Amino acid sequence: MFILKLIFKNAFRHKLRTWLTISGITIAILAFGLLRTVISTWYSGVESSSATRLITRNSISLVFFLPLSYEEKIRHVPGVKYVSRDCWFGGIYIDEKHFFPNFAVDPKNYLPLVPEFLVPDDQQAAFIRDRKGALAGRKIVEKYHWKIGDTIALKGTIFPGTWEFVLRAIYHGREKGTDETFFLLHWDYLNERLKKTSPHRADQVGFYFIGVTSPNLASEVSQSIDKMFRNSLAETLTETEKAFQLGFISMSEAIVIAIQMVSFVVIIIIMAVMANTMAMTARERFGEYAVMKTLGFSARHLAVLIFGESMIIAMIGCAAGVAATFPVAKAFGQALDNYFPSFNVATETIYMDIGAAVLVGLVAAIVPAWRAIQIRIADGLRRIG
Amino acid sequence: MNSEAQAIVEIRNLSKSYRRGSQIVPVLNKLTFDIGKGEFLALMGPSGSGKSTLLNLIAGIDKADSGTIIIGGIDITTLSESELAHWRANNVGFIFQFYNLIPVLSAFENVELPLLLTGLSRRERAEHVNVALSIVGLADRMEHYPGQLSGGQQQRVAIARAIITDPVILVADEPTGDLDRVSAREILDLMERLNAESGKTIVMVTHDPRAAEKAHVIKHLEKGVLNVHPETHF
Ligand SMILES: Nc1ncnc2c1ncn2[C@@H]1O[C@H](COP(=O)(O)OP(=O)(O)O)[C@@H](O)[C@H]1O
Ligand SMILES: [Mg+2]
Repeated sequence: MFILKLIFKNAFRHKLRTWLTISGITIAILAFGLLRTVISTWYSGVESSSATRLITRNSISLVFFLPLSYEEKIRHVPGVKYVSRDCWFGGIYIDEKHFFPNFAVDPKNYLPLVPEFLVPDDQQAAFIRDRKGALAGRKIVEKYHWKIGDTIALKGTIFPGTWEFVLRAIYHGREKGTDETFFLLHWDYLNERLKKTSPHRADQVGFYFIGVTSPNLASEVSQSIDKMFRNSLAETLTETEKAFQLGFISMSEAIVIAIQMVSFVVIIIIMAVMANTMAMTARERFGEYAVMKTLGFSARHLAVLIFGESMIIAMIGCAAGVAATFPVAKAFGQALDNYFPSFNVATETIYMDIGAAVLVGLVAAIVPAWRAIQIRIADGLRRIG
Repeated sequence: MNSEAQAIVEIRNLSKSYRRGSQIVPVLNKLTFDIGKGEFLALMGPSGSGKSTLLNLIAGIDKADSGTIIIGGIDITTLSESELAHWRANNVGFIFQFYNLIPVLSAFENVELPLLLTGLSRRERAEHVNVALSIVGLADRMEHYPGQLSGGQQQRVAIARAIITDPVILVADEPTGDLDRVSAREILDLMERLNAESGKTIVMVTHDPRAAEKAHVIKHLEKGVLNVHPETHF
């Protein structure tokens, strides 16, 4: 108790210096936490994907299409339960800044594949019935104040022209991490118009979204599908949704790595600041440490005092930084709503915050503690005597 | 008083030199003398004559080049660093010129500090601290911090800290060197009382002849050797 009190009093001897250091740590932990959240959000789509879902795409690249005729063939592969033709529509609402992902799908087969999208039964039926119907996530519906029955116009990029859809259904995410920004439309409607305007692009599918009966069939089914289309005009590559998304992410891997690096650099910088504070502090107290040694206190006692002081400062900064991370992440998430479907601070991020702060506290105390332990009493006393 | 028979400190052929660059500066040269149990010894001598060096050696906070220092039957020159620390905690009370209190601790806590190394409970520690502070006449200033006390009061707190573990020997390096005349007198009276009433052996370095007057024995250190002052009185 006594020692703890002494550590506390030592930590706040130079109030301004200590509070500045604590603020520095708070800001560093906050920045670190936000950067880690960006990274974990990046990968969260992967985590939420189901192990029973496969994606079959053109083996050359995502930008090449597959023939519609593959659908029935895939459906007959043993283990396949649902197949939905799927296509990145790439329509723009108002302008590029208002981004949300939009896909043309086969609703009847698609909806059973995404149990994480909660849609009321009557809306689901209405969406399936209306060829111009659309299903949208709660988040974008609220953002644009849409109502069921509203007509929503998207400007085509891949498929030119203005496209109008009627909002027939709204889904809520089953979990916190579920992406609530999807906008889904009928592939049939898209295809119908393409037949009229650019027939050579009709009857094409971006990729097939497949549900298998059990996760352990995933690799077997993938292999059978790809074998089936080997040596055909469009060879396929089938992988789990998770692998597919990871592949998608790996395109932006460089950015993720850069963010990761920056997050560590932030910690290294604050480590240097903290080490400087501790070095100054300890230097001023060498005389006192010499007195304590004179009284019979050991190297271990001095180490406890110095490490304890460093840890207290680091932990106060850490606590404040963690506390600030939640509201700031929320504000951040709201501001970047359409880019990050779910900007939530992960528990692991908090653990990493704490780990980083502990590391900062320990590293900053090493040199001062070592010096205090090494100092000869007579010399230490001479400094003050 | 027969100090031969009751020597608490026996110093034999004690030498110490410092290295200053390539030069070796001898400070103590084959000192041999005893300090009797219950003796109040004043060490005098010009500045730089090695008084502090000798005191530090006796107190076990510096290492001799050669010679032995036997205190209470233990040759402290043979002890390791950690054995010495343990020995100091149990056997020596320190009084410094600049008090050397911990500024963030109250008078009470400063005095309590050495007791943390003992197995005493919080209650027992408090009892001891109360006794020590009342001996030095500061029972009413327990909650004050060093910055709120005068120099003389701070030195009395330091004395309470020095006696709290009931050490065999008290060492004081110019304990009145930083005090006004009145405070200095109070401190010296206190030390004299500790010596007379509790029989504490005291080794005090001082410049001040008035301070030395309180001592039983005055030794002069000059050029690394000791001379017993002709006016030594018992
Ligand atoms: N750590 C040290 N390194 C080098 N020289 C020292 C050291 N400590 C003391 N000295 C020298 O030893 C001599 C005696 O010092 P000291 O014992 O402090 O003298 P006093 O206390 O009598 O004034 C002085 O010349 C001093 O400069
Ligand atoms: Mg001196």
